[in-house]
Amino acid sequence: MQAKLSVRNVFKIFGDAPDEARERLERGETKEEIFEATGSTVGVQDANFDVGEGEIFVVMGLSGSGKSTLVRMLNGLIKPTSGEILIDGEDVASCDAETLRRIRRSKITMVFQHFALFPHWTVAENAAYGLKIKGVGASERRERALKALGQVGLTAWADSKPSELSGGMQQRVGLARGLATDAQILLMDEPFGALDPLIRREMQDELLELQKTLKKTIVFITHDLNEALLLGDRIAIMQDGRFVQVGTAQEIVSEPADDYVAAFVADIDRGRVFTADTVFNDPEAVVLGKDTADVAMRRMEELNRNALYVLDGKKVAGVVTYQDLATATRENGVDGDILSKVLITDYPTAESEHQLADLYGAASAGLPIAVTDEKDRLIGIVEPESVFAQLSGDETSEPDADKPSDPAMQRKGDANV
Amino acid sequence: MFSPADLLVIPFDDWVNTFVRGFLVPNFRDVFRAAQVPITATLNGLDGLFQWIPMLVTTALLALAALKWAGRGIALFAVLGLFFIDMIELWPETMTTLAMIITAVLFCAVIGVPLGILAARSNKLWTVTRPILDIMQTIPSFVYLVPIVMLFGVGTTPGIIATIIFALPPIVRLTNLGIRNVRGDLIEAANAFGSTGWQMLWDVQIPLALRTIMAGLNQTLMLALSMVVIAALIGAGGLGLVVNTGLGRLDVGGATAGGVGIVILAIILDRITQGMGEANGVNTVSLRQTLMNLFRSRGSQPEGETKKAG
Ligand SMILES: Nc1ncnc2c1ncn2[C@@H]1O[C@H](COP(=O)(O)OP(=O)(O)OP(=O)(O)O)[C@@H](O)[C@H]1O
Ligand SMILES: [Mg+2]
Repeated sequence: MQAKLSVRNVFKIFGDAPDEARERLERGETKEEIFEATGSTVGVQDANFDVGEGEIFVVMGLSGSGKSTLVRMLNGLIKPTSGEILIDGEDVASCDAETLRRIRRSKITMVFQHFALFPHWTVAENAAYGLKIKGVGASERRERALKALGQVGLTAWADSKPSELSGGMQQRVGLARGLATDAQILLMDEPFGALDPLIRREMQDELLELQKTLKKTIVFITHDLNEALLLGDRIAIMQDGRFVQVGTAQEIVSEPADDYVAAFVADIDRGRVFTADTVFNDPEAVVLGKDTADVAMRRMEELNRNALYVLDGKKVAGVVTYQDLATATRENGVDGDILSKVLITDYPTAESEHQLADLYGAASAGLPIAVTDEKDRLIGIVEPESVFAQLSGDETSEPDADKPSDPAMQRKGDANV
Repeated sequence: MFSPADLLVIPFDDWVNTFVRGFLVPNFRDVFRAAQVPITATLNGLDGLFQWIPMLVTTALLALAALKWAGRGIALFAVLGLFFIDMIELWPETMTTLAMIITAVLFCAVIGVPLGILAARSNKLWTVTRPILDIMQTIPSFVYLVPIVMLFGVGTTPGIIATIIFALPPIVRLTNLGIRNVRGDLIEAANAFGSTGWQMLWDVQIPLALRTIMAGLNQTLMLALSMVVIAALIGAGGLGLVVNTGLGRLDVGGATAGGVGIVILAIILDRITQGMGEANGVNTVSLRQTLMNLFRSRGSQPEGETKKAG
């Protein structure tokens, strides 16, 4: 994947003694020690990462860990003490004011925690702000602002003042203002932090929905791990200005880099992090009209399972249980038609990116869950036990060893530039 | 008893005399004379205009302005007050005073607003400007009347210059304050979208500071009105002259008549400019609305006072 944004060895030290602070950092002193000794605050230390085109990169950390400082350096609102920040190859950290302005106008835009809408303008004028700055004419400006407002579902409010809108709606205006300029990179500093939980959830879903079509390159700041896990293609965990771990949600939850991260992930909802593809097995199945009940039962014995999927051609026909087959053969003898007789066509299905939390109900029913692709082909089977094992964090019942080559995992893994 | 004066007497007054008489006056008199040309021109233009417009028309215009920005009560007051002024035969003097005030305020705004904006953008400039404004506000105006007379002569224009010096500080201060108080995140947002300094100023800073700037203008106007009598000491005309003449002749009636004229004018102008400030202030709308919502959610009607809150 092409890196849209590259951050190389970026440091930010607030205060008069950046050099001394750097030396002390290299000697391994902590942020507090350095502050006591020099009065300088370490904002960000040695940040290195790339964000690929279309990726959502989430930076998460506690208050004061340097998230805002980091994200403000990306569009030059704060100058780094040292290091490079490359946007399409241009260094924001060292370019002149004119170049920086051009980059801000065309390539990178920002959504703020407290919305930062201009109170003296209407919603449409706010959304059109970036275009106004660029010198776009009034009628085109309005047209494009309305389009952006349409994307966030606020067309009807175009001529209201921001103060007439609720918090969630105001942040949609903030988002529309960012979208209207067509900048590829979107910086979001705790954009949903000031919203109440229900609205926040709604906005998160909406952002993901928008991202499916817009494919922006997003750097998203949050201090809410659940939000990070939900939104992030990759997540960086920050502590005292340093990245302690960068990885996908699943990597961070299943292999926390240190105790700090482990403490964070200890009580998150694993069902919302892990998806069906983390627990599914090979799509073992028998074929209708070809395999007999006998074959099916023997396969189940070999695999040590008590149900097996039945295919009709390439499509899934249904599922048969060992018990039903056994009863049927006892009553009718071994006959080719038994499979279709005991076939359960009302079987549970899921897609590979479905969260385990959503499979919980299906898993409770006891039948294995068929994981299908968009063409309804069977690509894996989730045993109910492995869902529960994954949810409880029990690593012993990992699915087959070929897991890393799962197509969906491959997709996520690609994000690691 | 010993006192420091036994040791050394500093001829401070002589120094000032030498500086003003020996240096400023001979070297810069022409510069100062030239500087008052635009003021004189503005003043004469306005005075001529106000004297030319029929009294009833001026009254109607002021009453309409009062109606638009300050409400019915003030409009009625304006009509009655101006009629009263006309009936005590002070109309021409009142119009001269109005022309003087407007000229002074105009020049205060032209100097003060840009200065305030610059001061808001540079802490260095502000550290220099601030003590100067403090001095301008604390120094008794009589102190600079003499040098003004020496440099500019006597007459209405020197009177206006004294008025400008006296009335300038609030507009500078409040412009500076208004610009500095624009919310930091809005400035950050404007920067993040790549705005230039000018775009920031026109789109964000001035509109959002306008309410405060207007409050400064209102204060400047009030200070200018309070200088009317003092300016008359160095030859300015208008209502101040009426008061001074009355004072000189111990004519209580004449002095009071002039004083009443000034008060009436002051009330009308104060209320109109205050109202304009609130109408322009973008925050008023939201503030008023927030307060109204607050009252509404508590189940009672929004009150008239909320209009003036903040
Ligand atoms: N302008 C500044 N001058 C000095 N120190 C600063 C400045 N801005 C931030 N800091 C310090 O840098 C550190 C990181 O601050 P930052 O605002 O980036 O944290 P954050 O992760 O965004 O926190 P929050 O979640 O509270 O927004 C803090 O210790 C803060 O005190
Ligand atoms: Mg922050």
